[in-house]
Amino acid sequence: MRLLYFAWLRSKIGVSEEEVDPPASVATVGDLVAWLKTRGPHYADALAHDSVVKVAVNQTYAKRDAPLARGDEVALFPPVTGG
Amino acid sequence: MAVRVQREDFDVGVEYRAVVGDDPGIGAAVSFVGLVRDVAGGDRVSAMTLEHYPGMTEKQLATIEAEAHRRWPLSRSVIIHRYGRLLPRDQIVLVITASQHRQAAFEACSFLMDWLKTQAPFWKLEETPDGARWVEAKAGDTAAAARWSTG
Repeated sequence: MRLLYFAWLRSKIGVSEEEVDPPASVATVGDLVAWLKTRGPHYADALAHDSVVKVAVNQTYAKRDAPLARGDEVALFPPVTGG
Repeated sequence: MAVRVQREDFDVGVEYRAVVGDDPGIGAAVSFVGLVRDVAGGDRVSAMTLEHYPGMTEKQLATIEAEAHRRWPLSRSVIIHRYGRLLPRDQIVLVITASQHRQAAFEACSFLMDWLKTQAPFWKLEETPDGARWVEAKAGDTAAAARWSTG
């Protein structure tokens, strides 16, 4: 699974993208966010207020109960501020 | 319908002529340009860097544009959004909507900007005398987008 991070999530986590192989128990977006928090202090800090974190699966916005598949591209980012 | 995400600046006149083109049925064209301000939250802003999510950005903008065409009888439209480091007075975003009559063009242009601000994956990093900071999303922008939700 390919993960992408943007804006302050990228700054806090320290990488813009990575390949991960989450445990089989990670079945939804919510599961993934919870699992990422356990991967170290940078992740825990970046995801401390995870309700503000937006998630896109394969470049489409996804809610926390959306299912995940192994080959998905999953992006985590703060609320958008373009325009 | 056209969406462009680019580092380069754009020329409003050129884009306007391209949208209106040779269609004699267009009676109204509305354009909106968003610019970099030199002040934000009382602090001077010397520059702003726009980050985006290549791929998703284009997809989201195309979806939003298609929604505008579904809701209003638009003849043509264009959305151009820049990324990279910009300075005060630089142009950030251009939306042009063209229709037979002005109301559809005005409303669709306003809708596109409201939705773009809350849906398109862009993030602004401001450079201020106290250092660089990520711009926070505004509740007002969410409220502005929500007023279109009943469509």
